Amino acid sequence: MSRKSDQILRTKFAERLCHWMIVLCFFLAATSGLSWFFPTFSWLSAFLGTPQMARLLHPFLGIAVFVGLCFMFVRFVKYNLPARSDLIWFRNIRGVLMNRHDQPLQIGKYNAGQKILFWAIMGAILVLLVSGLIMWRAYFAEFFSIPVLRMAILAHSVAGIGLILLIVGHIYLAIWVRGSISGMVTGYVSRAWARQHHDRWAAEIEARETTQGVRK
Amino acid sequence: MNSQNIVRSSATSTATPAPRIRDHQIEVAKLIDVTTCIGCKACQVACNEWNDLRGEVETNVGVYDNPRDLSPDSWTLMRFTEHEDESGRLEWLIRKDGCMHCEDPGCLKACPIPGAIVQYANGIVDFQSDLCVGCGYCVAGCPFNVPRISKQDNKAYKCTLCSDRLAVGQAPACAKTCPTGAISFGSKQEMQDLAATRVAELNERGFDQAGLYDPAGVGGTHVMYVLQHADDPERYAGLPKDPQISPLVSGWKDVLKPAAAVAGAVAVAGMAAHFIGVGPNVTDEDDHPEGAQAPRPAQRPDAGPDDRAPEPQRHAAE
Ligand code: HEM
Ligand code: SF4
Repeated sequence: MSRKSDQILRTKFAERLCHWMIVLCFFLAATSGLSWFFPTFSWLSAFLGTPQMARLLHPFLGIAVFVGLCFMFVRFVKYNLPARSDLIWFRNIRGVLMNRHDQPLQIGKYNAGQKILFWAIMGAILVLLVSGLIMWRAYFAEFFSIPVLRMAILAHSVAGIGLILLIVGHIYLAIWVRGSISGMVTGYVSRAWARQHHDRWAAEIEARETTQGVRK
Repeated sequence: MNSQNIVRSSATSTATPAPRIRDHQIEVAKLIDVTTCIGCKACQVACNEWNDLRGEVETNVGVYDNPRDLSPDSWTLMRFTEHEDESGRLEWLIRKDGCMHCEDPGCLKACPIPGAIVQYANGIVDFQSDLCVGCGYCVAGCPFNVPRISKQDNKAYKCTLCSDRLAVGQAPACAKTCPTGAISFGSKQEMQDLAATRVAELNERGFDQAGLYDPAGVGGTHVMYVLQHADDPERYAGLPKDPQISPLVSGWKDVLKPAAAVAGAVAVAGMAAHFIGVGPNVTDEDDHPEGAQAPRPAQRPDAGPDDRAPEPQRHAAE
């Protein structure tokens, strides 16, 4: 193993690459979307050049986010299925938020909050994709009646704003939990980090290492 | 038209209004007397002529409507309806369709681009096509299904009520051309008075449901119709009976938008308070079976900027 023994591989290269590709595309799709939703922030479309260029590119960026999330879904869905032990996390949510780490919460690879985020993102992108395709003037909007277009625009705004709020929270938690951003950049987290935040997952990894004799 | 008389501007807060000092203007209106129209389409030709529009020549599909629909290069057109009433009497109804220049325009409300749709003090609703991005929200916002997006340049187009002619004291091209006098143009008040006279005439001739179409749901319009059957405007190729901005559109702009702003502000404030209150969630690397012997992440040659060694912290358990 090339990595130091106190590090655990948490996110593989392809997954990390996908994550940061989504971050870039999502940033551009979300800022251009916000520029139309809140005209006071119309300058946000400037990340894509002109307002016209933002309008042109936004749907393609959204589709790129969708494709990236499909890959993530396949890779991560098995860690995000609800488990009975998620209840322990919910019961101790105050302690989690107050930075108390004295109790083991039997958290698997992702905690219950992360699982909710996972499913909410997947739901939101599906709504965004379907409504976004319907309202896409250049290619598809002409095939839909005006009442359908109105519903699509409203659904797209609700899902877009919802997803942006979720992701803002996701970014905050990544900043708050020290070691998680470097985990997503390098792929590795420390054993202490794993034990502190995902005790059941850390125990599983360590048990596997002992049985397989991986650990020196 | 000068730009200092804008009373409404799309995607612009009322706290930062568009220039409107030159707003001492009379509201104008076009009155289309459906009962006098003979469907000659002179107005369509005049519109294309004045606005330099030359649409594709279409094929005849067995009805008089030609072109078949409004388009980026057909801003007005005659819609023909053959209506048979209960007694079997056939009526040939002809309505000149196009932008109604609503007092409360749904297109302007839906538009996301600051100043891409404006309303002048005289009531005209005009698209500022250089700012248009072609999102098509005006299409969804309009209660009359009027704006059309061009495939050629991806911009929205519709009747301007000849705002450029008006600026130099001319009447709209269609009104000027109409050979029967079915299209009149003047101040909104004059047009309402003219309509009242015409409606009285029609009433006398037995059209007791004749009336003025100036729908209140959109605050009235600057293009109005005299209809023989004002009780049933739908009869005229689907002219809406009670047009108004769809609740889906006002819900999006008047409810969702402020709610999202509040939600965003609360979320940011909540996160800031949390961070200030509990501080970063650090991992004590010493609390570890291998203890201090384990290499610190900061000593790894490839450590990223976020991979700083955590602050030394002692657990009570130690
Ligand atoms: C999944 C594929 C997506 C497609 C096909 C799509 C398509 C569209 C289209 C066609 C528009 C109208 C403007 C335009 O013509 O560009 C739009 C607006 C918008 N999009 Fe997307 N989009 C997608 C994903 C996203 C994502 C990931 C976000 C970010 C959270 C987002 C947020 C928004 C917002 C906030 C608006 C403005 C809505 C408003 O003005 O109220 N969209 N989208
Ligand atoms: S008829 Fe449609 S396009 Fe014309 S002003 Fe009213 S909402 Fe706008």
